[in-house]
Amino acid sequence: MGSSFTQWVENLGLMFSEAKWSSLFQHFDLVWKGLGYTIVAALAGLVLALVLGIVFGVLSASRNRVAQAVARIYVEFFQNTPLMLQVVFLGFGLPIIWPQFNVVPVLMVGIIGVGIYHGAYISEAVRAGIQSISKGQLEASLSQGMSYVQAMRYVVIPQALTVVLPPLTNQAVNLIKNTSVLLYIGAAELMYVSKSIQATYYNPGPVYLVAMGLYFCLCFPLAFLARKLEERAEASAGSGQA
Amino acid sequence: MTNAANATIGFMLSRGWFWTSLLEGLKLTLYISGVSILIAFVFGIVVGVMRYSRVPVISWIATAYIEFIRNIPLVLLMLFCFLVFQLKDVTAAIFALSIFTTAVIAEVVRGGLNSIPKGQWEAARSQGMSYLQILRHIVLPQAVTKMIPPIVSQFVTAIKDSSFALLLGVVELTARSNILKGLFPAVGQILTIYAVIAAMYFVINFAISVVARALQKRLSAGRGSIGQ
Repeated sequence: MGSSFTQWVENLGLMFSEAKWSSLFQHFDLVWKGLGYTIVAALAGLVLALVLGIVFGVLSASRNRVAQAVARIYVEFFQNTPLMLQVVFLGFGLPIIWPQFNVVPVLMVGIIGVGIYHGAYISEAVRAGIQSISKGQLEASLSQGMSYVQAMRYVVIPQALTVVLPPLTNQAVNLIKNTSVLLYIGAAELMYVSKSIQATYYNPGPVYLVAMGLYFCLCFPLAFLARKLEERAEASAGSGQA
Repeated sequence: MTNAANATIGFMLSRGWFWTSLLEGLKLTLYISGVSILIAFVFGIVVGVMRYSRVPVISWIATAYIEFIRNIPLVLLMLFCFLVFQLKDVTAAIFALSIFTTAVIAEVVRGGLNSIPKGQWEAARSQGMSYLQILRHIVLPQAVTKMIPPIVSQFVTAIKDSSFALLLGVVELTARSNILKGLFPAVGQILTIYAVIAAMYFVINFAISVVARALQKRLSAGRGSIGQ
């Protein structure tokens, strides 16, 4: 046991040898390219998730029973099954079932996957935002001579955004992290590039350490912003009750 | 397998080993997520209390841990445990999922602790209780009621996230689709395989979500009456 632990530590040390680092740095242009694809996938995925989230959020906050049911099914299905399964289906199942889907580039397949998945979470945030505003607010604004657009612009939307923005920002962080599953369907984002480099040079230590650093740099500022927005939302909710 | 009779959905669904294969996958999925949640529950409380601590070094270490883990992909953490820490596939998945879930539960614990008014601390201290005594007998028991629902719903996340283990070659429930798809290659069969696997995840996760929501309602109702 003792000697196998020593062996383990020794192996760990070898993984971070100078040669392993230099083989990574020789191909660092690939890492930047992968990071670029990760950012593209995350941005496009976020746009799709926002569109779906707003549409289904509005549907689930509406008074129409059918619309509510449709939104509920969308949210519950995608929140209660793994993203990995959804992506595996889009990448390996759907192209067999529906051969025309084969022409869709893998990056696009991945964007569709993370977009639909996170759209379900954003839809819940949008619904909460809409439901947080009482109808009296709109009526009161209109009675003060504001137009509908003015009432929305100055009274309703700013308050709804206070509720919606913190979970939305958190979802953006999760979405960036979850683009890493695209590795499995072969989209050339950061995880895929990392895997290719480490499979060629067997240097997973430096490769994955650098990838961690890059993901952290993408996610941490957003997570920090989410925290600030949460604090602001709590403060405004607190003063409302006083 | 080119036989027309073999290509039907009914043929596939009536094979005992089709279900055995899926149940084996489900067992592994529940094993990975269950063990991870248990480990993370224990360490999550420890890290959460550290984060809440007023000793700067202790709270700083906990903050650094939580922030780092929450801002990197779990997939990456799993691959790191597997290839760099040289753990076995299932062990690496459990290790990574535990590290990740610990960070999430620690935040839940901190939120629960923060919700207990400072007056409780002052009152207990005035009765001569030590820091650990107050934490153990006064603050944690009250905070736990707030912590339980989010921890239960974290179980759903753990079950879903355990599917990342397929990247390490672990043949859990999601990975079973790849194997079964090769054995039952007809279009209807493939569609059914994904539908059955999705349904298995859905039934378990939806049930847990319902329990979490019910607990939330019940516990928050209880709190109101105690507070009065």
